Amino acid sequence: MKGMTVVVKKTTQLIAGLVFLYGIYIIIHGHLTPGGGFAGGVILAGSFILLILAYGSDFLHLVREEAGTTLYENLAILVVLVLALSGLLLGTHVFFLNWAPKGVAGELISAGLLPLYNIFIGIEVAASILSIFLALVIFKEEITK
Amino acid sequence: MELAISVIVGFMILGALYAIHARDLLSAVIAGGIVGYGLVICFLLLKAPDLAIVQIVVETITLIIMVAVVLDSSREEAFTKPDSKGYVTAATAIVIMAVLFYFLVVSSASLDRLGEGELRMSQSYIEGAVEKTGSVNLVTGVLFDFRGYDTLGEATVLITAVLGVLTILRIKGKK
Repeated sequence: MKGMTVVVKKTTQLIAGLVFLYGIYIIIHGHLTPGGGFAGGVILAGSFILLILAYGSDFLHLVREEAGTTLYENLAILVVLVLALSGLLLGTHVFFLNWAPKGVAGELISAGLLPLYNIFIGIEVAASILSIFLALVIFKEEITK
Repeated sequence: MELAISVIVGFMILGALYAIHARDLLSAVIAGGIVGYGLVICFLLLKAPDLAIVQIVVETITLIIMVAVVLDSSREEAFTKPDSKGYVTAATAIVIMAVLFYFLVVSSASLDRLGEGELRMSQSYIEGAVEKTGSVNLVTGVLFDFRGYDTLGEATVLITAVLGVLTILRIKGKK
C-alpha cells in the first residue's frame, strides 16, 4: 500500500498523537466518564490505522508489528483472566469478585479492580482490531507480489 | 424525541434500501454508512453515550476498510437475472415478513413504551451500584462487576475473530 500526499501526511503527523492520547484518556477514566476499555481500545487502534493509511505500509515494517499485536492481545486477555481468577482465590471466592479497596467514589484511583480491567480490555481490543487490519494489509501486499 | 428517532430510523431504512439496489459498490458502501451513523444519533438521543462512542469509531474503521476493499475491486455489482427459484425465495421472504409484522402489531399493545420499561433486575442494579462497585460510571460497573462473564465472553469473541482472520489470510503458511 502506498502512502498519500504530503498534506495528508502532515495532518496525520499533527493529529495521530492527539487521537492516541484521547484513547488513553477514555480508557483511564472509564469508571468515571462515558467510555471504557472497548471504546478507548478502538480509538487507540484508529490512531495506528490513520498512520498506516497516510504513510503507507512500508512505514511500520509490518510483518514484525503484526507478531507484536497478537502477542499483546493474548497477554492482555490472559491478565484479565488472572484478575478474574484472583477473585476466586481471595475473599468470598466468587469469580470476578472486586476484592480491592473501593476508595472514594469519583476519584481517579477508585472502584477497586475496575480500572485494571478497563486498561487490559483496552489493550486487548486495540491489539485485536489492529492485527485484523494489518492482516488484511499484509494479505494484499503478498497477493500483489 | 420519538419523532426525531422515527425520522432518523426512516433515513436509516432508506439508506439500507439504497445500499441494496445501488449499481456502484462505492456508493452502496457509503449508503450503508448512513445506517451506522444514524444509529450513533439514536444512541445519543436515548442517552447512551458509551455505546455512541464505540459505534462511531467502529463504524468509521469498518467504512475505511470497506472503501479500501471496494476501490481495489471492480466497483460494479454483478447483475444476475432472477429465475423461478428467485421468485419462490422472494415470495417466502414476503410471507415471513407479513407474519412477523402481524405478531409485532398484536404484541406491541402489551409492550412498554420505548426506553421506559423497568425490570426488577435493572432496578436493583441501578439502586446502590455506586456503593457496591465504587464506579461512578454505571455502565462500567455493570460491565466489569455485575456482568463480568459477559465481558469475558466479548473479549473471547474478539480473540476468536482475530484467530479466524489470521488463519484464513495466511498465505505463507499454506505453501
